[in-house]
Amino acid sequence: MFRAVLGLTSSGLRCVAKARPSYSAPVAARCYSHGKAETDEEFDARWVTYFSKPDIDAWELKKGMNTLIGYDLVPEPKVLDSALRACRRLDDLASAIRILEAVKDKAGPHKDIYPYLIQELTPTLAELGISTPEQLGIDKL
Amino acid sequence: MFRLTASRVGGLLARRPAAALTAASSRPSSGEVSRPVDMSRPQYWDRRVSPLPDRPFREALSAEDKALKQKEKGPWGQLSREEKIALYRISFQLTYPEMNQSSSEWKTVLGGIFIFIGLTGLLVIWQSYYVYPPQPLTFDEDWRARQLQRMLDMRVNPVEGFSAKWDYEKGQWK
Repeated sequence: MFRAVLGLTSSGLRCVAKARPSYSAPVAARCYSHGKAETDEEFDARWVTYFSKPDIDAWELKKGMNTLIGYDLVPEPKVLDSALRACRRLDDLASAIRILEAVKDKAGPHKDIYPYLIQELTPTLAELGISTPEQLGIDKL
Repeated sequence: MFRLTASRVGGLLARRPAAALTAASSRPSSGEVSRPVDMSRPQYWDRRVSPLPDRPFREALSAEDKALKQKEKGPWGQLSREEKIALYRISFQLTYPEMNQSSSEWKTVLGGIFIFIGLTGLLVIWQSYYVYPPQPLTFDEDWRARQLQRMLDMRVNPVEGFSAKWDYEKGQWK
């Protein structure tokens, strides 16, 4: 028991000695007790890789998109580009248009996000021949 | 009710799952009477948070639709605007704006509330006129005046309450 106390106090002293208020910015805002939090770049890369799978199947596309839309964020253009290409590999134009509708809805009151996404995705949309909901007229009732 | 025999109950139970299994796989769209839905099969849905449902809206395709689906396998740039919309409508029932549109149901609800409150009010008025017995005579103006005088005469709560507010010299309220 004494050994434990000694062990505790010595390590305790070490901790006290080190513990000074630090004002450096945190790496990420997550409250993990241990382990690094994923950065935005890592998150994007992970999702781009997910949708880039050459033999992705319809279920994986649906699962991926539904999960992605469930997050509290609007996906980056590169992630959406990867998803749209996955739709192309699956010969699913309807899902591609649905994805564009979903991210517009996801942006909510921030009306400037969707035009930015379309601007970034224009080369891909032109290459794959995907029309935006606005071009098809289904963005209105 | 208590005469429900075992055979009758069995018959009732047998009919329900059979009906569910033979039910059409498509959900009724808005405005139709609902049929039992086979929940053991992949479902279709229009939800904001989940853009791609488990199955396309229309699975039974006409020959025209099938041809369109074949054309979808080629370059999408070759599809016309109408063809793209048709492909969308095969897979999805409602667009996001259609899904998100608000209804005027709140007017019906509020109107119904006010109607019933109004009817209740009429009922209360009728009740107070026809149902209540006559008021006790202690509510008469004359009786109340004499009651008030009696309370002042016997000095009810003379320190801080009732009679304390009456000016006995001037014969009026303070």
